[in-house]
Amino acid sequence: MTLALSGEDLAAKLGPKFPESVIKTAKDSVLVKTGDLLAVASFLKSEPGFEFDFLCSITGVDYKEYFELVYQLTSIKNNQSLVVKAQCRDRENPVMPSLTGLWQGADFQEREIFDLLGIKFEGHPSLTRIFLWDGFKGFPLRKDFTDGT
Amino acid sequence: MVLKTEQYVLNIGPLHPSTHGVFRLRATLDGEVIVELEPVFGYLHRGLEKLGESYTYKQSICLTDRLDYLASMSNNFGYVLAVEKLAGIAVPERADVLRVVFAELQRIVSHLVALGAFVNDCGAFQTPILYMFREREKILDLFEMCSGQRLTYNYMRFGGLSQDVPEEFMPALRKFIAEMDAHIDEYDRLVSMNEIFLARTRGVGILTAEKAINISASGPVLRGSGVKWDLRKADPYSVYSRYEFDIPTGTVGDCYDRYQVRLQEMRQSVRIVRQAIEKLPEGPVTTKVSLNLKPPAGEAYAHVEAPKGELGFYLVSDGTDRPYRWHVRAPSLMNLTALRDLCIGWKIADAIVIFGSIDITMGEVDR
Amino acid sequence: MTEFNWGHWILFSLLILISVLTVVMGFIWYERRVLARMQARLGPNRAGPFGLLQPVADVLKVLLKEDIVPTQADKIVHLLAPIVALVPALMIFVVIPFQNGGSLADLNVGVLYVIAVGSVSTLGIFMAGWASNNKYTLISAMRDVAAVISYEIPLVLSLVGVMLLTGSQSLNEIVKFQAIPLILTQPLGFLIFFIASLAEINRTPFDLMEADSEIIAGFHTEYSGMKFALFYLMEYAETLAMSALVATFFLGGWRGPLLPGWLWLLGKVVLVFFVIMWIRAVLPRVRIDQLMSFAWKFLFPLALLNLAVTAVEVILWPDATALLIPVNIVIAVVLVVLFARNFKLGWGRVGV
Repeated sequence: MTLALSGEDLAAKLGPKFPESVIKTAKDSVLVKTGDLLAVASFLKSEPGFEFDFLCSITGVDYKEYFELVYQLTSIKNNQSLVVKAQCRDRENPVMPSLTGLWQGADFQEREIFDLLGIKFEGHPSLTRIFLWDGFKGFPLRKDFTDGT
Repeated sequence: MVLKTEQYVLNIGPLHPSTHGVFRLRATLDGEVIVELEPVFGYLHRGLEKLGESYTYKQSICLTDRLDYLASMSNNFGYVLAVEKLAGIAVPERADVLRVVFAELQRIVSHLVALGAFVNDCGAFQTPILYMFREREKILDLFEMCSGQRLTYNYMRFGGLSQDVPEEFMPALRKFIAEMDAHIDEYDRLVSMNEIFLARTRGVGILTAEKAINISASGPVLRGSGVKWDLRKADPYSVYSRYEFDIPTGTVGDCYDRYQVRLQEMRQSVRIVRQAIEKLPEGPVTTKVSLNLKPPAGEAYAHVEAPKGELGFYLVSDGTDRPYRWHVRAPSLMNLTALRDLCIGWKIADAIVIFGSIDITMGEVDR
Repeated sequence: MTEFNWGHWILFSLLILISVLTVVMGFIWYERRVLARMQARLGPNRAGPFGLLQPVADVLKVLLKEDIVPTQADKIVHLLAPIVALVPALMIFVVIPFQNGGSLADLNVGVLYVIAVGSVSTLGIFMAGWASNNKYTLISAMRDVAAVISYEIPLVLSLVGVMLLTGSQSLNEIVKFQAIPLILTQPLGFLIFFIASLAEINRTPFDLMEADSEIIAGFHTEYSGMKFALFYLMEYAETLAMSALVATFFLGGWRGPLLPGWLWLLGKVVLVFFVIMWIRAVLPRVRIDQLMSFAWKFLFPLALLNLAVTAVEVILWPDATALLIPVNIVIAVVLVVLFARNFKLGWGRVGV
């Protein structure tokens, strides 16, 4: 049975290496500072005992004051899973770090989030729209999206 | 004297007999060798995630049918598991066992289509695919008995199924399971050792295990590369932990290994169904759930081992009867990440074969 | 110079045209029904009894369709291509004997004529691929040229073996020689000729030129209406021509007791066509580099060896043809097994 690391557990394990990064813990997820996201992710991937080598999915959610990215990670070797979240408070020009350097599986998912929510990812090899055509204006999955009708 | 040559750009798709749906590959070719490959998606984008936010939870079950339209039961399964996790609904035992039966039958159907189309792409002018479709018709008849549909079943509900199976279902299912093993042997005998088939698929499109994990591949693509990761064993959901089955894996990670993994998985599915219907418990198959289900505010992520890979649903609820966020983790989209790297340096014919071996459905990729 | 026999020429021309077109339609029906049966389905059975009028319906439908020519296409070449492709396939029948001495022209360089004329169809296919102004058709045309050039040589070499044994190039003489059918005394030659002819007529497993699953429809993607009908007919006419050649060279042509010669020829042609169709139902197709590798590294050396062995036999035993049967069969089996063990297609290797 995959052991889903609880928020408290994960925060405790991250504590020694990243004392300032964890903002909030929930029952099964951890919210980290956007600036430290890349470092925390890299730590989770390579540190023995963690080895979260499988990026399950990235979801972008539009809570009206901020965007939240939810990363589901799995460790195939240790059969564990965890959830890491990061927020972006800027609605005009949202920018987040890209994790394609660590997990190539993030490639298409980040393009999808850029396409539908408008969040730019720094360091992504080719950030273009994936589902909608290139001239499309607006980001449909945002809560305030109107198509003019 | 050096002959002057030019590279040219060829659009394979979106209207093409072999691109499994509307999918476009912009290939830059030097003669017949692929130099650069750019997959273009979006031709089947219907905005299902935005639609999911405006439908109630129950209405979205029919949206999930249309994700991977060749494996509707698995999509339903993943979604109802996610909502049951969110809202805390329990499932009666008979419904659980029947869900497993349907999911495994669906796996057989999806793999029959995948293998048939794959051998068809290699050029075996439709003979194997027609043999496999003969068996698929029998399973579709079984599904039609229960749900009234042949492709998009809309059969599972929160807390069970929409209705119990009719009387003629169990005898027909027993008859089918008794003869399916012989048919799988027939496909194996006809295709697997064919010299030309081996020449086309052995050593072509090798995906190493580290790369497969790195690109978040799942399902037969991951297992073909030698990684023994199957959600039914690693993170058992529903009643899978009761049944005994193996997980076939490949060794090299080429197209032939993926083909063999799917063939063996069909055998294992028959095994699971046989065990499940031996001891089918009696009882109700539905639970009383309100039409306007209002789960408590929170979020849930549930995943199932769909035929194409790990299908996950991430739902965020804000306490109303419509979800705040409705997201699908589509296995076909992840599996496609490797397509470019696998095809560069090979010929057009190989690109089609590699693409067929990854086995995607555009409904899932584009949503 | 003898008087040109107009009557004979006109009669035979009409006979060849009518019979070839009829048998081609029959083949289209035969293929669709038999392939369907091999694929666990029925095949056309609505148009006429047993679907016998299906080819007629197909031809009528195709003739009534609009003739679409792409704007940027080379119009003259686009128009000429089906004609250049079809006529040579029909011209092969000029030398095939239906009876003892019953061919339009019993050339004493019959084999040379057949080989020369048979390759001209490829020019028509290349013209079609080029003139359509379409990258897919161009790829298909290039593949076709590469395949035909590669397989022409084993084809010719296997026929040289036949010519050595029979001592003549006239097809009628070759048939008259076959008291023992040449398939028994030249088994390796037969195999090489059969496989090479499959590649010449673009049939599975060498049908990359019109590989449905990769390049849509190959060289005839941009053709519709009458021109498409001509290409469709060309494909079956070439198959018929190759079957007739196999029947003439290796199975004994019009020889046979009781029944008239042309009936025997027809029966043997149908038999060869059945095998070609059977292969189509069963095998997948090869890749272009595997196709050329197979021709140059497998068939070509085998053909050379076959020629050498035949030449030695003709010198040693010029009259004892019956002795050659067991000797040649053993040599053929040994060579094929030896080559097959050391030669592997594909397995991850890119390039020839």
